[in-house]
Amino acid sequence: MSDIRDEYDVAVIGAGPAGMAAASLCARARMSTVLFDEQPAPGGQIYRGITRSPFSDRSILGPDYWAGEPVAREFAASGAQYVPRATVWSLTPEREVGVSIAGEGAQLLQAKHVVIATGALERPFPIPGWTLPGVMTAGAAQTMLKSSGIVPSGHTVLAGTGPLLWLLAWQLLRTGASIDAILDTTARESRARANAHLASFVLSPYLMKGLKLLREVRRRVRVINDVTAVEAQGEGRVQTVAYVCASSAMPVQLPVDNLLLHQGVVPNVNLAMSVGIEHRWDGEQLAFVPVLTPFGGTSVPGIYIAGDGGGIAGAQAAGWRGILSASDIVHAVHPQAAKRAAATAQAALKRFTRGRRFLDAYYRPAAQFRQPAGDTIVCRCEEVTARQIVDTVALGCPGPNQMKSFLRCGMGPCQGRLCGLTVTELIARQRNVSPQEVGYYRLRPPVKPITIAELAALPKDEAAVKAVVRI
Amino acid sequence: MFKRPREDARASLRFTFDGAAVEAREGDSVAAALLAAGATPCRTTPVSGAPRAPYCMMGVCFDCLVVVDGVGNRQACLVPVRDGMAVESQRGKRELGA
Repeated sequence: MSDIRDEYDVAVIGAGPAGMAAASLCARARMSTVLFDEQPAPGGQIYRGITRSPFSDRSILGPDYWAGEPVAREFAASGAQYVPRATVWSLTPEREVGVSIAGEGAQLLQAKHVVIATGALERPFPIPGWTLPGVMTAGAAQTMLKSSGIVPSGHTVLAGTGPLLWLLAWQLLRTGASIDAILDTTARESRARANAHLASFVLSPYLMKGLKLLREVRRRVRVINDVTAVEAQGEGRVQTVAYVCASSAMPVQLPVDNLLLHQGVVPNVNLAMSVGIEHRWDGEQLAFVPVLTPFGGTSVPGIYIAGDGGGIAGAQAAGWRGILSASDIVHAVHPQAAKRAAATAQAALKRFTRGRRFLDAYYRPAAQFRQPAGDTIVCRCEEVTARQIVDTVALGCPGPNQMKSFLRCGMGPCQGRLCGLTVTELIARQRNVSPQEVGYYRLRPPVKPITIAELAALPKDEAAVKAVVRI
Repeated sequence: MFKRPREDARASLRFTFDGAAVEAREGDSVAAALLAAGATPCRTTPVSGAPRAPYCMMGVCFDCLVVVDGVGNRQACLVPVRDGMAVESQRGKRELGA
């Protein structure tokens, strides 16, 4: 731990495509650059385990995954300092960074510039029974595949909507794993609405790849279309999944050992919001998204957000957004090189964001899967149900922060990551106002739990000690 | 239920979960190793005592909390396995002094 300095020119948080690209460019410009990564090896979630894959057969994870290899190689060669298993639990507007390494020691340091590249997380999928063991996110299954080669066995059902669901199905099939069914919750009205953006999607780099993948999965797996309700059932763990679809009025049950859920990804906002960076509700992506300059600059000077944390646009775009933020940072020392990098990144971004609006519209999760009802758990940590939230709004509770005092929702260890959007949307619907007006949980450091021992061991001056010690 | 790939060149190692031996591979997270061994649920909730197992595998859901070498509230999906590690399931709330 002693090799972490007190000051850096640039601190990057997160080692996905955006973080690695930003750190590489800054380090190549000879700025002192550190990258803090919560994982044990670089790659983020999309390129998880890219430097130590258990697979020698590259066709299993596919070329889009292996596109991360040169990015990681350039990062390793760039001279940027890489700190794995590093959880950033605090960031101030003055760019003081609080980091905990492997849960064994906290440290504070100062950075002239900060790039938040904390990416995305899977949108909450609050269905009845989603807390049962055996129910996981599709991303979780993909993480086990990428990092350990571990695949689901027994009866496996995928449910939901969005590109990742289909990609995971394709990858699992390549390993030889079997999938009993895919319950496709993509809504008819979303598909209809997406047609307005079809023209730009036809020109996007995603079209051909996507169609080929969908065709292969549909050929080999039973796909149930127009699913309007999904429920996980079982005692102690999931045993059956019940669904309702357009072609059957009665619920249908399937035996299941693994139920893998997914309905898109949303920006991971916790760290950025805790600094006080301005966010706005995005009605297309149905999430809070930071307000950014074209270079990823935020409302807090010196702090940038690069990659999917600034709005979902995918891995390729994330890398270029990392370059853009870094070009703004290195501009003061290498104006010519910075301009060239920015121009290349802007051109590439145009290409990789083309067709995005179609994808957002097409895979827009249906309202009943975002705004659950009755006894369905919304806050997994504190076990708060949808009915409790709706009833509390009826009592006059206007927003998520007041809701905490009534129900403790959002106050468990995940700090709202798995319930925040659901709570905001439920309140907005009940009050008949926009999610923007309802707002989000007020987030504060530590944005990830650290031990009291770690906090207490931080260096402190005499005045701070006097303030709390009674003499 | 999960299974490991037929071929895996990574070194194997062993740790214990609630006293029972679990086989793992170098580079596994504790959560992945537990799932591969069928050793879940890994905790019960402080509110109702309901069983939980890893859900997100990326450090955001906190449903994989376990006790690692005597230290509670560790996110099993973020802790790499080490040979000889002692992992215990986390039951409900922790009591003072426990």
